[in-house]
Amino acid sequence: MRMPEPDSGIIARRTEIVARLREIVPGEGVIVDEDELRAYECDGLSAYRQLPFIVVLPETTDQVSRILRYCREAGVKVVPRGAGTGLSGGALPLADAITLGLGKFNRILEIDYPNRCVVAQPGVTNLAISQAVAGEGFYYAPDPSSQIACSIGGNVAENSGGVHCLKYGLTTNNVLGIEMVLMDGEVIRLGGRHLDSDGYDLLGLLTGSEGLLGVITEVTVRILQKPETARAVLLGFPSNEAAGACVAAIISAGIIPGGMEMMDRLAIGAAENFVHAGYPLDVEALLIVELDGPEAEVSHLIERVQGIANDAGAVVSRVSRDEEERQKFWAGRKAAFPAVGQLAPDYYCMDGTIPRKRLPEVLQRTAQLSEQYDLRVANVFHAGDGNLHPLILYDANNPGELGRAEDFGSDILRLCVEVGGVLTGEHGVGVEKRDLMGTMFNEDDMKQQQRVKCAFDPDGLLNPGKVYPTLHRCAELGRLHVRSGETRFPDIPRF
Amino acid sequence: MTETLKPQSAEQVQDAIHWALAGNASFEVAGGASKRAYGRPLDAAHHLDVSGLTGIVFYEPEELVLAARPGTPMAEIEAALAENGQQLAFEPADLGPLLGGGAASTAAATLGGAVACNLAGPRRIKAGAARDHVLGFHAVSGRGDVFKSGGRVVKNVTGFDLSKLMTGSFGTLAVMTEVTVKVLPAPEKARTVLLLGVGERTAAEAMTMALHSPYEVSAAAHLPAPIAATSAVSLVSGAGAGVTAVRVEGPGPSVEYRCKALRDLLAPLGATDELHTANSAAFWREIRDVSCFTADGAAAEQVWRLSVPPGEGARVGEALVRDTGGRVFYDQGGGVLWLAMAPRADAAHAAVRAAIGAGGGHATLVRAAPEVRATVPVFHPQPAALAALTARTKEAFDPRGVLNRGRMYAGV
Repeated sequence: MRMPEPDSGIIARRTEIVARLREIVPGEGVIVDEDELRAYECDGLSAYRQLPFIVVLPETTDQVSRILRYCREAGVKVVPRGAGTGLSGGALPLADAITLGLGKFNRILEIDYPNRCVVAQPGVTNLAISQAVAGEGFYYAPDPSSQIACSIGGNVAENSGGVHCLKYGLTTNNVLGIEMVLMDGEVIRLGGRHLDSDGYDLLGLLTGSEGLLGVITEVTVRILQKPETARAVLLGFPSNEAAGACVAAIISAGIIPGGMEMMDRLAIGAAENFVHAGYPLDVEALLIVELDGPEAEVSHLIERVQGIANDAGAVVSRVSRDEEERQKFWAGRKAAFPAVGQLAPDYYCMDGTIPRKRLPEVLQRTAQLSEQYDLRVANVFHAGDGNLHPLILYDANNPGELGRAEDFGSDILRLCVEVGGVLTGEHGVGVEKRDLMGTMFNEDDMKQQQRVKCAFDPDGLLNPGKVYPTLHRCAELGRLHVRSGETRFPDIPRF
Repeated sequence: MTETLKPQSAEQVQDAIHWALAGNASFEVAGGASKRAYGRPLDAAHHLDVSGLTGIVFYEPEELVLAARPGTPMAEIEAALAENGQQLAFEPADLGPLLGGGAASTAAATLGGAVACNLAGPRRIKAGAARDHVLGFHAVSGRGDVFKSGGRVVKNVTGFDLSKLMTGSFGTLAVMTEVTVKVLPAPEKARTVLLLGVGERTAAEAMTMALHSPYEVSAAAHLPAPIAATSAVSLVSGAGAGVTAVRVEGPGPSVEYRCKALRDLLAPLGATDELHTANSAAFWREIRDVSCFTADGAAAEQVWRLSVPPGEGARVGEALVRDTGGRVFYDQGGGVLWLAMAPRADAAHAAVRAAIGAGGGHATLVRAAPEVRATVPVFHPQPAALAALTARTKEAFDPRGVLNRGRMYAGV
């Protein structure tokens, strides 16, 4: 992976930079020893590693502001980091950059039931928010599978999803406000406890900006009342086509399930072997459809879903009898990644999104690629919203196999774009998909995005080398070429 | 001389912008122009009329996605969706009549306008605003560059989410040439529970109780007695008192159950009643379109829209009535307040914004004479650092101020 050339001038000034950072963050908050830095050398995409230049763990917004202002003045790059669970290398350190860890921002600041929101520091885990409000019957809807460990600040930076997005939205639909610090140290608050501030929707822009625009120091999220009931139905199909058709038919019938997940034969077998969820092993595709709401609604819709599934050729149709069984149905799906991980020494998780109806074709072509690369692949799929997670099995100890797995993954993502989808549904571009951005966006598309970056970070010091394959200087991006003398104006209807 | 350019294609939009750049000219950009009076008045020399960019590009009901050119009338979009039992779940308000455009403005309203103004309706609390439904777009920036962002799928984190920036930017960043939105099934059934004869504080309590319940309330509003009296729905106008309304939508058996459960929940606070299909739809259309401030007698009044933490709504409303002498009603569970008041040169903007208080929020001057909108901050004033960031964001798309310059903030 090609990263920006480390600045030897910055590296040479390490002692001075550490001293200045220690003036801002006293005590043990500045980490310089190689052994301790090692803990920060990668995020959830562990194939890429780099020892950070220095790690700083501030505890207050004021410290973040002073660190960034100093780094801006000194020309030092900064890589923000939440819990380090990201899967695209967004928090991959740079040899000449400070890794700014937000792990000490770990407090829930306020639970505001009258306004149905929680104000939290960015290092609070996703699950901790739901747990903090569970006693009153509330929860925070987006539930990425890493929710036990991932931080809410990281969720905002990546616009994380989960299995309930189709009905309840992504992070971006559930965040009300943030406090962030710009690279020049300015502290800016966006939104609050109300909806839709007028002015540009910078809150929406920041969500999913992968640490390139600002450092988030506080997050306000909406909380929802838990549904009265939830039940899941397991549906087994003799082919991926039949399962895909069932998904389309459910949605066409006007039903938006709380969750709708699909697994292919290899994933089903692995999950069943791992957690004994009771999955049928003689089907090609398995759907888990969850309906939630009042009992009257759930029983009505379950019946309709089962009818639709029968028409689509389901050979297995089982409704969870109680909460324990519902949890069991989900346990297999939730453990699918580690379960598939048991099938091979290593696996590589992809994250494209496709229009739902192209699923059978994409799975078929993925199978062809699997033969071509001689690597097995298991498919787990957020069927409701078209988000596909192929898991490529490989063994890093076999020379060349990692490279082959990466090439295979890139081909799958190109395929997703080709059928009208996108490179990443919820894991982010990071470094992993950076060099594939050109398959989805042309140079002008990416330049416009980078101009937005310039409005926030004109020197390109915040998380450089991520998301965009080519770094343009802001002065160059700002240059305007006026086409004088050759306007085709006369062709436009005038009044 | 003022030119009105009416491009028929993305390429002609680009040509028009290059023409303006070459001549240091600026455009007022509009589609159906139904919301032209929303925002600060412009001093642009020319008009860029994008109402010629029409037509649904694709609509795939089973994929829950629709793409259209921005000048496509909302009525056309809504008709196409209705044929398949679907809808724009953000329930976009039809603000043209409120802004003085009469019935003709309803027909003129376009998808591009709904996106540019980030419209929403009572269902905002459950389904989101336009911002939550725009999946991607194609546009020409104020630099004259053609670009796109986003895609056609809901789950997409590839690159910055410029769709969010475009939505609610009032045409100040770029001219959209195609926009892709998420569509959703229309609910099979809707019912509205009415709580009759309650004041603001009890109404706030009732809306909070309903929104804290597991009954998936899709709208919650409160009309004080004089405003309730203006409703065309007789159960509401005939109440002779303040009316709080709570809507449930979904499959039939579920709606019946939740409607009853909500009536039971709210019964201790006062008398309850319910609106069924047609009356429920008519009532929420009135709320959505702020119909009570559209009537002939109200046309001269200035209208503000405030968004505050819902729990603060009643307190803010009392302060607004006290300090401006105006009339207020509440939508979105108390989080949105609409205020109508006798016109003043300063639109009482200091008092209106002071009413928001420490809980935070914003106030937008939606209707006022052009000379008032030219001097009073129409959009909520921003702290210096945010204002500077806003200006830099504008510059990233439209450095010469070709597009709707000054619509939101002076010079932006």
